[in-house]
Formats: sequence, structure tokens, C-alpha cells
Amino acid sequence: MIRKHLPFATIAVLALVAAPLLLEPFRLSLLAKYLCYAIVALGIGLAWGQGGMLTLGQGVFFGLGGYSMAMYLKLAEGGGLPDFMVWSGVEELPALWTPFANPVFALGMAVLGPVAIAVVLGTLVFRQRVRGAYFAILTQALAAAMVILLVGQQGLTGGTNGMTNFFDLFGADLAADSTQRGLYLVVAGVLGVLYLATRQLVNSRFGRLLVAVRDGEDRVRFLGYNPATVKTVTFAASAGMAGLAGALFVPVVGIISPALLGVVPSLELVVAVAVGGRHALAGAVLGAVLMGYAKTAFSEQFADGWLYLQGALFILVMTLAPKGIAGILGRWRSARAT
Amino acid sequence: MLELRDVRVVFDGFHALDGVDLTVPEGELRFLIGPNGAGKTTLIDVITGLTRPAAGTVTFDGHDLVGRKEHRIVRLGVGRTFQTSVVFEELSVVENLDLAACFRRPLWSLARRRKGVSQAVEEALTRTGLEELADRSAGVLSHGQRQWLELGMLLAQRPRLLLLDEPVAGMSREERERTGELLTQIAADHTVIVVEHDMEFLRRHASKVTVLHEGKVLVEGSVEQVSADPRVQEVYLGRKPSDAVGK
Ligand SMILES: Nc1ncnc2c1ncn2[C@@H]1O[C@H](COP(=O)(O)OP(=O)(O)O)[C@@H](O)[C@H]1O
Ligand SMILES: [Mg+2]
Repeated sequence: MIRKHLPFATIAVLALVAAPLLLEPFRLSLLAKYLCYAIVALGIGLAWGQGGMLTLGQGVFFGLGGYSMAMYLKLAEGGGLPDFMVWSGVEELPALWTPFANPVFALGMAVLGPVAIAVVLGTLVFRQRVRGAYFAILTQALAAAMVILLVGQQGLTGGTNGMTNFFDLFGADLAADSTQRGLYLVVAGVLGVLYLATRQLVNSRFGRLLVAVRDGEDRVRFLGYNPATVKTVTFAASAGMAGLAGALFVPVVGIISPALLGVVPSLELVVAVAVGGRHALAGAVLGAVLMGYAKTAFSEQFADGWLYLQGALFILVMTLAPKGIAGILGRWRSARAT
Repeated sequence: MLELRDVRVVFDGFHALDGVDLTVPEGELRFLIGPNGAGKTTLIDVITGLTRPAAGTVTFDGHDLVGRKEHRIVRLGVGRTFQTSVVFEELSVVENLDLAACFRRPLWSLARRRKGVSQAVEEALTRTGLEELADRSAGVLSHGQRQWLELGMLLAQRPRLLLLDEPVAGMSREERERTGELLTQIAADHTVIVVEHDMEFLRRHASKVTVLHEGKVLVEGSVEQVSADPRVQEVYLGRKPSDAVGK
């Protein structure tokens, strides 16, 4: 019992106690940002690693969460119309955004909006038995469409620039170290809780069923289950996680824009999950954090090189270690045990 | 219990089933034989919703099955195995059986971990003799054991009508015998349709036989009647049915 929970407990202590004490505020905020990505990665690990649904459009859900939160922050600041609307010549707050002044509504939409879209999409798509590469392409197209929509609706969304310049959250100064430390703890806590919940789900009967759907969807029908329902539920859960991650991301990083949620960022997260190990939830989380750090480190020096390096890493992992870092660690551990 | 009327299936102009009538009363053990390509698997596919017939009706227990989704047909109590057995290799034997046994539960109730082994699973394990292998991954099973696991999964579903597509294909002699015993047990309290080529197996276990040929029912009757029929003789080219069936 203790041994089983030891790795998680160790990491939880390191993340919740050691990191805030040891890391300087700038580094802590960076880590918080990577942990936001890790929440999305957790959802990808569930949908792709366990359920076989290669979703290349998680940025859409991340964005919905991010924009919901960003709009709340803008409206909560008072002082009339959000700055980007003024610049676009909008004179009155569009009705679409009015309810977002309420934090409960905004946060609710950040999660339930993505869930609802995933349910509708999943119901339509999985019932028609769309899967594999077709599903991947469809979700990627969705990410591309989302960017076009956001850029086109300048007055509603801030266009290419997105929304930025947030000053406070629930009355706390967003620039203050203490606020950022608090945000970090919230993000780390949310990730920890979601990780445990997802692990619970994966180990449940539903988790077994999900693996069965991944490995033999057609056979599962003859066990009396509807695979479309199983997949829709899972896809919706992963969408909800991405939405929540987006909502947390905005106060941590201070911006949401189409560039943060289009085709490339969505792909980058899938690559991160593959590198970390898609079949293990911890691998997905690890991959997101590592790739986040790597991106920061490399793109500071050679911006374009990062894209190629990332591509090369992806191919390397898929050919040499399809189970990613988690797979390598697992093999190493079982080799040491014998 | 099961009734097919004038069922037709056409694949790109090829008539795989060409007006099949079949009635199987409750409690019967029916064998379905016929040369390769006769349409036996297609017939099972039609009953279980995998293939939609171009014409005809399929009724089970008063329910029209044509156009119904596969999992809904399973929920009515119709279960099947496949000619090439498919089990979930990443799951253990007992997990495979457990999934098969749980399909009537609401989905949300599956969000909990499995604790212990349910009665249906226990029974399936004993009947198929897979107790020893319960916690092994299904991926390591031999060909014969896989077929048994598939049978076990079917039993764990507690269906009323079982459709078995060549359950002893590729099995060794001992394995065949064990499967035969299992089949006799199952047939005692289920309605079963078995597709089987193996003539010795047929002679040992069949009560009533339907012979399918080129998508049509050729003859129907007891093993003796069927093997005595000259048309059956003709269909099993060169091979006298008395050789095949009566040996
Ligand atoms: N999906 C399919 N598409 C085209 N032809 C098929 C398909 N399934 C079966 N057939 C054809 O239908 C005929 C009957 O096949 P099948 O029912 O599998 O025969 P059996 O099980 O009696 O050997 C065969 O000639 C086969 O080639
Ligand atoms: Mg066949």
C-alpha cells in the first residue's frame, strides 16, 4: 500500500513544498505553465493512450477554457469595455460575453463548454464509426477552424493578439509573487487531483473497457457495449481537462491568443505525450513538463531549430521507444527487480 | 425462438445468401454445415447485426433484428463467437470474462475497480477450465485456450441464443473433446447454433443439421437423414457424405 503510493507522495511533496520554497518566482511561474500543459497531456494520455483516440485538437478546448477565463478577468477589472474591444471600435459589450462577468459562470463554461462540444462531436463522429487517422484529421481541422474563427472576430476575441493585460484576480495583484505562488499551488493541486482521479478511472472496469475499445472496438459491440458511448465519455473528460487547464493558464501566463491553441500547439502536446509515454498517465504528465522545459531552453537560443528538434525527437521515440520515457523507466525498474 | 424468412445478402452482385429460411426452436442444438463459402458465417453475421440483409426478416423472440445495432441484439440475449477468436490481449483472462459479464450494468457503475470475481465469471472459469490461467494476460494463451476464453466470455454474458462459428477449428484432438463436452453442457440449458465442418464432431454431438450450399438451405434433418441425402453427397464433391459423416 505504502510502496504503491510512495512515488506519487514523493512527487506531491516535492511539487507542493520544495518547489515553491526553492524556485525563484520566475521559475515557479514557468513550472506552473508547464503543469497547465500537463493537465492537457493527462487528458491526451487518457483519450489517446488508453482509448486510442488520437486527438490533435485539444488546443480548441484549451482555448475555450482560456478565453472564458480571460473574459472574466477583463470584465472583473471594471473600467468599462475591455481594451481590445475599444481598439476594434466596439461600443457595447456583446451579449455573448455578458454572463462571463460572473466567475462561477466563466469557470463553469471553461469546463462544461469543452465537455459539451466533445459530447456533440463524439456522438456524431463515433456513431458513424469514424476513427483512427480520420478522427485525428477531423480534430486537427477543428483546431485550424478555431484559429480562423478567433482571428476573424477581432471585436469579440481580440483577433490575432488575443486577450492580455490582466491585472488582478479576485482582488489579488497578478504581478505579485505571492499571487503567482498561490496560482502555482492551485495548478499543482488540480493536476494532482485530476491525476489521481484519472488513474482511478483507468484502473476501474471502465478503464478495462476503454482499453478493450482501443484494441478491438468491433469485438466490444458483441460484448453488448456501445463503443461510441465509451469513447464519447472519455473524449469529453479529456476535453474538460483541457478546458480547465486553459482557464488556469491565463492568470498564470497572462495571455491567451490563437497562437497558443492552434494546430501546432495541439500537436506539440501530442508529441510531448508520446515522448513521455502515452500508455502511462505519469508518462504523459512527465512528457509535458520535460518538453515544456526543453522548448523554453532551446527556443531561447535557436527559435526555428526547436520545431525540427521536436519532430526528430518524435520520430526517434516512435521508432525506438514507442512507450516513451515511461516505457524505458518501466523496463529499467523491472530489470532491476529481477 | 429464432426465425429467418427469405433472407438475402448480396456482396457486389454476389448472392452470399439467396433466400434462406431457418427456424430454431427454444432449447435446440442446431448444426449448420456446408462447404466453404456456403454462407454460414454470413448467416451468423446477419442474425447478430454485423451484416444487413438486402431482403428478408430475422425475428428473435418476437423482436425484429434487421437494422438493430450489434450491441442491442446482444442485449436481447443473442451472443456469438468468431471464426478467428478475438480476445483482449492486454487484459487478463478474468478481466476479459468480467467485461463480458458486466454489459447490462449502467456505464457509470463501471467507474469503480473490480473487486473479486462475480458468480457469472466464476462459472465461466470453471466451465472452460481456465481457473489456473485466470490472472494471466489473455495474450499468452494458446490457440485452443483462446477459443475457450471466447466461449467463456459468451457464457458470462448469459445469453439465451448462442451462435458459435467453428469453435473447434484448429484444435488438437484432446482440445476438441473438451470443447465437445463443454458444448454438451451448454446445450443442456441454452439454444445453440454451431457452425462446424468437423464431421466426427458433428456425428458425436449433433441432433439436427441444416446444410447450406451456395447461399441456400439444401437439406435439414437428423444426422442420418442428412448424410443419406444424395444432394449433400453431391455438394461435398467426391467426398461421400457417408465417409464424411458416418465414419
Ligand atoms: N464482406 C464480404 N464482401 C464480399 N464477399 C463476402 C464478404 N463476406 C463473405 N463474402 C463471400 O460470401 C460467401 C460466403 O461467405 P461465408 O459466409 O464466410 O462462408 P462460410 O462461412 O460458409 O465459409 C463467400 O463466397 C465469401 O467470399
Ligand atoms: Mg465461415
